[in-house]
Parts: sequence; structure tokens; C-alpha cells
Amino acid sequence: MTVAVAVEPLACTRGVAFGYPLPGGRRREVLTSVDLSLPRGSLLAIVGTNGSGKTTLLRLLAGVLTPDAGEVEFGGQPLAEWRRVDLARRVAVLPQQLDLPVGFRVAELVEMGRAPHARSLFGSTDADEQAVARALSDADALDLADRFADELSGGERQRVLVAMALAQEPELLLMDEPTLHLDLAHQVALLSAIRRLQAQRGLTVVAVLHDLNLAAAFAPRIVVLHHGAVAADGPPQEVLTPQLVQEVFGVAVLEARTGTGNRHLAVDFDG
Amino acid sequence: MRAAAAAAPIIARRPLGRGGLALGIGAMLLVAALMAAVAAGSVGVGIGETAAILGRRLLGLPIPRTWPLSAETIIVELRLPRVLTAMLVGGGLAMAGTVFQALLRNPMADPYIIGTAAGASLGAITGLLAPILLPALAIGAGTVWLGLGAVQVLAFAGGLGTVLLVYSIARQGGQVPVVTLLLTGYAVSSILAAGVALLMFLSGRALGAIFGWLMGSLAGATWPGLAFSAPILAVSFGLLLLRWRRLNVLLLGDTAAAHLGIDVEREKLTLTVLATLGTSAAVAISGTIGFVGLVVPHVLRLAVGPDHRLLLPASVLYGAALLTLADLGARLAGGIPVGIVTALIGAPFFLWLLRRSRAVRPVITA
Repeated sequence: MTVAVAVEPLACTRGVAFGYPLPGGRRREVLTSVDLSLPRGSLLAIVGTNGSGKTTLLRLLAGVLTPDAGEVEFGGQPLAEWRRVDLARRVAVLPQQLDLPVGFRVAELVEMGRAPHARSLFGSTDADEQAVARALSDADALDLADRFADELSGGERQRVLVAMALAQEPELLLMDEPTLHLDLAHQVALLSAIRRLQAQRGLTVVAVLHDLNLAAAFAPRIVVLHHGAVAADGPPQEVLTPQLVQEVFGVAVLEARTGTGNRHLAVDFDG
Repeated sequence: MRAAAAAAPIIARRPLGRGGLALGIGAMLLVAALMAAVAAGSVGVGIGETAAILGRRLLGLPIPRTWPLSAETIIVELRLPRVLTAMLVGGGLAMAGTVFQALLRNPMADPYIIGTAAGASLGAITGLLAPILLPALAIGAGTVWLGLGAVQVLAFAGGLGTVLLVYSIARQGGQVPVVTLLLTGYAVSSILAAGVALLMFLSGRALGAIFGWLMGSLAGATWPGLAFSAPILAVSFGLLLLRWRRLNVLLLGDTAAAHLGIDVEREKLTLTVLATLGTSAAVAISGTIGFVGLVVPHVLRLAVGPDHRLLLPASVLYGAALLTLADLGARLAGGIPVGIVTALIGAPFFLWLLRRSRAVRPVITA
């Protein structure tokens, strides 16, 4: 039994297809057949063109969309069998955008991340307080705790959203463009913190990223979505080749090597 | 980010502090409003005697009677039902307004917004006019059901039924988008308002009664009316107070709320039904009193913040106190409809508050 649990991935999709309904009963197909396995404690970056279905795939994994065909499983059970609140105790989502309500302080917003764990009818428990403090610190947002959400810069907001997701103390963290609005220092700080959580607490992470070099530096495994299916899945050095970038993105890139021998892709506008 | 991981300081538990103070003041204000409203009137009863009568009759305290029986009758049979009705209706409307503003993420939302007012009005006016327009019904019109007239029962059923109808029309593919709900409520209200206008046109002598009901008045408050509405409002209060956390999370939007474990569509329906039950029960015994349900939540959001853990109980206390005092004013002003008083005093105060503070943000989300 123990062995089976250890081998079984935390989450997986099998032949998942999804389309958004259009007027007239037709559907705009986004994903045609996606097979993806997320081993416990793994770290994976999803890349692909705009509209390739990256966000849709995250929403299917989070259970807020139901696949038209195929199956999504979490913890060995089909997502459809999970109660929303039970799932929210184990899966957190950092959305691409979120309207923060006016008048709340950052600490109060981050405490909303505790909602699925709520035990106390009218207050918060010590465990809630500690999770909020840890999430704020892990997201580098401790200094923002007493600020009002509507007074934050774009980058500060992003750190607050990260803290809200971490306060859920998830096993699986789904991040949709987590580095959006962040300057280079905060991009590095955020992704390092996520990697530390993955290494120290066994957090399983899926991040949609646009910057291919950042994705390659961040994740040991890259999944490329193209035409509604997985076009490539593997270590960045094998996956992110100039040929693949040409094929998927239609952009010619040059290849350079970093000091450590890793590939770096560059666009040459004058070339 | 590096050092912080080692020893995460505990964020100080937020004490109720300012919010607790606001609740305490609200409770005291409510008691003061109750005493003043019961004591004042054409037959003056001393505040001490009023307190003794209330203690004896409401709390069952063994206080010997040292006052004329007429004073006790006036207070218990005439003023007390009216004052308690004002408290219940004011609290119910303010709380429902708070819930609808959060649920619809719309600062213009009030308890009536998705059809309660139009449905309750059509029901009440039908009840008022049926015996006049259809004399055959006049025999049955005097029928009292559970101590209630046809007007109250039809108003309650009209309000609740209309919202359920609006909700089912707005549902598409298992979901009820907020904008669709608002627009559907507006459209259905318009149809019912046409019915109200037609009945008013045909009403003849009864126009005055219809007008009085639409303005909202507590003059018709009775113990049986209270006995009908109070339990419904109590259930609405209790169950909504327990949902403060869900209301807070819903402010983040439907998708984010789902990520945080809320069964969003079910929760929106539950909140809508609970708030509409309270609104309809209030409207049934008072008519469509405006303003309280729109403005009290906004004023309190400025005073105690947007956290529904405080906002919901505060809206009950302050809504109740406000309508009790407004009705006292209406009585002292010679019995004008209380809706005139709430608008005449409340609206300028709200305008002053909006102007005074640059920090006023009457929007719900950034």
C-alpha cells in the first residue's frame, strides 16, 4: 500500500480535451488530448504560445473546469469525486489576475487563504495565524502586512497573491505567470522561494511561464503546449531547442551557452 | 525572503478593537433608541416607568406595578409592536443590503435590487385592491390567516417568488453570472412595475393606501405581523452571520472563491435566498422602505471596514437603531411616512460623509 502511494503521481491528466462554448452550440477547442503526470514534489514549467491552452490546463487541474473528454485525477481519485473544500485544502492557484477587494489589509487578505481550513466559527486559530505569517514571509510580503490592498504596486500585489496561495498550505501549487509585474530581483526571489518550498516541504509546483530562459533556469522539467496537446515534455536542455522554438513559436532564435554550459536562447532583431 | 524563513514572526491576532467598540456603541444606541421611541408620543410615559414596564413585560422581571394600566396598555399594545417592527425591519434591510452589495459586487445594490420590491409591491397592491375591484372577493378579504391579512402574505410571497423567478431565468448552464442576474432583475422588475402602475391607475379611492404602502410605513405594525416576520428574520440573521467568511471570500470573485473551496453557485443561491427571505419578511410588515438597505452598509464599511465578520452584526444593530429613530421622527412629525424621514436625514448625512473623507471608497473591488 505504502509503495503504491509513493509511486502514484499526485495528479495526472489522461486524454483531457476541453473547448469553450461558442454561440450557436459550437465549441472553440483549446485542448485536444493532454496526458500529463505530476509526481509528488516535482517542479514543472509549462510554456507555449498565447492561446495554446496553458491557463485552461491549470484550471482543469484546479477543478474549476470539467474536461469534455478524458480524466483529471488528484490523489488517485477523479477530480469530480472531490468536494471543493477538500480540494482547496490541497491545491492552491495563483491566478493570472485577481481583483482585490477594497479596504482590506494585506494580512486580512492572506488570511482569506485559510478559508478552506477554517475551524473557528468567528475567528482564527493559532495554526491559521502561523500559516499566514509563514506565507507572508515566504512570499517576501511581510513588510506589506499592514498595507491596504488598493495601495499596492503591481509587483507588491503579485507578492500578496502568492502569499494568499501559500497560506492555503497546499500540496500542489498551480501558478499562472507568477512573475508577471515583477522586476528581475523579485522574479528571482519569488522563484527561488518556490524552489525552496519544493525542496524543503515537498510542494508540487506547476508554473506557466512565458520567459523561456527563466523557465529553463527555474524548472527541471518543461512541458510545451502546442495545438492543444503536449508537443514536448522533458528537461529544458533537451526540450527548449532553437528548432522547437522555431516550430512552436515561429521565431528564429540564436543559441548561446552560459558559463555552466546551459543553453540560452536569444532573439537577434538585427540578424 | 532569505532570513524570514528561519523565524517567521507571528502576526499579532487582530483584536476586535475598533470593531468591537463599534458593535458596543451600536448595541447601546439601539437600546437608547428603543427606550426613547417607546417612551415618546402623544401620551408621555416617563423613561423610568417605560424601563420598568419593558422589564416586566419583555424580560419577565418581578417589578411591582406603580403606573396606570393605561400607560402599560399604550406601551405594550401600541408602541412596542411598532418599535420592535422598526428594529427588525431596519436590521433586516441593512443586513440584506450588505449581503447583496457583496454578492453582486455592486455598490448600488440594495435589498430590493433583483426584484423583491417590485414583486412585494404587486403582491401587496393586489391584496389591497382585490376586495375593491372584485367585490365577490370582499367576503373573503377580511379573512385573517395566522393573524395576517392578505396584503402581508401576498407581499411576502411576491417578493420571495419574484427573486426565485429572476434567479431561474438568469441561470444559464448551471451558472448565474452577476451581470445577468442584475439585468434580469431589472427587466422582471420593470414588467411587475408596469402591473403596479396599471393597478394604481385602476385603483380609484384606494390610491392613497397603495401610495402609503409603497412609501413604507410602520403605522400598521401589530403583534401578529411581528410573530410572522420575526422568526423568518431571525433565521435570516443567524444563518447570514455565520457566512461572513464566505462573503469575504466571494469578494475575490467567483473563480478565486472556487479555488478557496467555495461551491460558488450553491453559495450564491443560498445567500440570495437567505437575504431575500429577510427582505420579504421585512417588506411584508412595513412596505418598501428605501435608503436604509443601501446606505447603512456603506456608512459602516467606512466606519468598521469591509470585513463581514463585523460588518454583518454592525449592519443589524445600526440599521435597527436608525429605522427606530427615523420612525420616532416620523411619528413626532405628525405621522409622515418613515421613508421620507430616512431619505431626508440619511441622504444629506451620506453626502457629507462622501465629501468629507478623501479616503471614502464606495466601490467594492479595486
